[in-house]
Amino acid sequence: MKKGVMRPGHIQLRVLDMQAALQHYVDLLGLIEMDKDDQGRVYLKGWTEIDKFSVVLREADEPGMDFLGFKVVDDATLCRLSEELAAFGCQVENLPAGELKGCGRRIRFEAPSGHRFELFAEKEQTGKWGVSEVNPEAWPRGLKGMKATRFDHCLLYGVALPETLRLFTEVLGFSLAEQVLDDTGKRVAQFLTVGMKAHDVAFIQHPEKGRFHHASFFLESWEDVLRAADLISMSNTSLDIGPTRHGLTHGKTIYFFDPSGNRNEVFCCGDYHYPDHPPVTWTADQLGKAIFYHDRQLNERFLTVLT
Amino acid sequence: MSRPHRVLEQVSGEVVDVRPGESLLRAMERQGKRCIPVGCRGGGCGICKVRIVSGRFDHGLMSCSHVDVGQRRQGLALACRLFPLGDSEVQACGEPGRATPEQQQVSS
Repeated sequence: MKKGVMRPGHIQLRVLDMQAALQHYVDLLGLIEMDKDDQGRVYLKGWTEIDKFSVVLREADEPGMDFLGFKVVDDATLCRLSEELAAFGCQVENLPAGELKGCGRRIRFEAPSGHRFELFAEKEQTGKWGVSEVNPEAWPRGLKGMKATRFDHCLLYGVALPETLRLFTEVLGFSLAEQVLDDTGKRVAQFLTVGMKAHDVAFIQHPEKGRFHHASFFLESWEDVLRAADLISMSNTSLDIGPTRHGLTHGKTIYFFDPSGNRNEVFCCGDYHYPDHPPVTWTADQLGKAIFYHDRQLNERFLTVLT
Repeated sequence: MSRPHRVLEQVSGEVVDVRPGESLLRAMERQGKRCIPVGCRGGGCGICKVRIVSGRFDHGLMSCSHVDVGQRRQGLALACRLFPLGDSEVQACGEPGRATPEQQQVSS
C-alpha cells in the first residue's frame, strides 16, 4: 500500500447471457446479488466483502474483462495518482460518481499490457452480508453454492510485461511477489501484490494485448475447494482443471468456466508477501510444476484458452 | 427416443453421434473422441471452431470476436454452440488445443 492503493475493488466482466451468468455466479459460486442498473448491469459481491459490490456483469456479444478497479485510501490519493499516471504516459479518463451505482468517481487508464484498470476512493459500504457489524456471528445462513467469500485477484494475458511492472510498482505501489523467468532471464509471468496476499493481479506474456485468463474467488479451506469441485460436477459446469495445487503462490485451487467461457478460479491458502521480501522465482523449465504442482505437466488448454 | 444425429468430422474421419438437444462438442467429449479441440465449452474462447460442410444446426450464443456475422454466413461456428438438427458434416479448423492462425488474427 506504498502509494495509497489498498486492494482490488471490482471487476467488470462481459457475459453473453445474463440469466445464465447469474445462475453461475449467484447459484453456483454463491455471490450475493446486490443491485442492477439501468444499463442492465448486475452488481455482485462475496459475503465477507464490506463494500457494496466487487463483481459487475454486463451482457455483451463477446465475453472477457471490461476493467479491473482498485480502491485507494482517499480522494487526495486519487488526484495524485491521476497526475502520476499521466506523467507515466497513460491516458487518464474520468468517470463521474454514480456511473457505477454506489461507487464514487473513478479514473480509468490502459496499462501497457492492453488491459483497462480503474482507481476509486469511495464506494457505498453495506457491510458483510448476513452478519451484523456488532457481535458478528461466524458466517451467515442462507449462502448458496460454493459460498465464495470474496473476489480475490485476476490473471491477465498481454504484451509489454516490463513496462506494466514499472507502472504497477513505481506509480501504483505494488510489489513483485512471484515471477517466472525464461532461460535468458526474461520475465514471462509476474504476480503483483499491493498488500500481504501472494497476488492481487498477475500478468503472463502473450502476443495479443488485453486478454483475460481468469477471475479468482477466495474460499476458506481445501475442504471447501473439494466441495466446489462436487458442485461443478453436480451442475455439469465446464471444468478446466483441478482440484490441485499451484507451485506459484502454492494456492490450492480448481478452475472452471462460466457459461460465456470466462475462466473462474476458487482457491484457498497460499503464500504471503511483505514488501521487504524478494520475489519468489520459478524458472520456465519448471513451468509445469510452477503452474500445477501435482501434475507437473504443461496444460495446453490452461495456457491458451482466453477470453 | 429419436436416433442420434450422425456428424462426420471430415479432417479426422470420426463420426460423432449427437443426441437431440446436445451440442456437437459435448457429444464428442461424451464419446471420448478428440477430433475437435476443447476449450471453454461456453462459446467464448474460439478453440472449437468448425466449418459446417452440410446439414442444419441450431446455434447458441458465440463470441463475435471468434465468429462474426460474415464468418457465420460462411458456415463457421463453435462446436460447443452447435446443435445438429440432422445428420451433417463439419471440418475442425484447428489442431487440438491450439487456436488456428485465422482465429488468432480474428481475436487480436
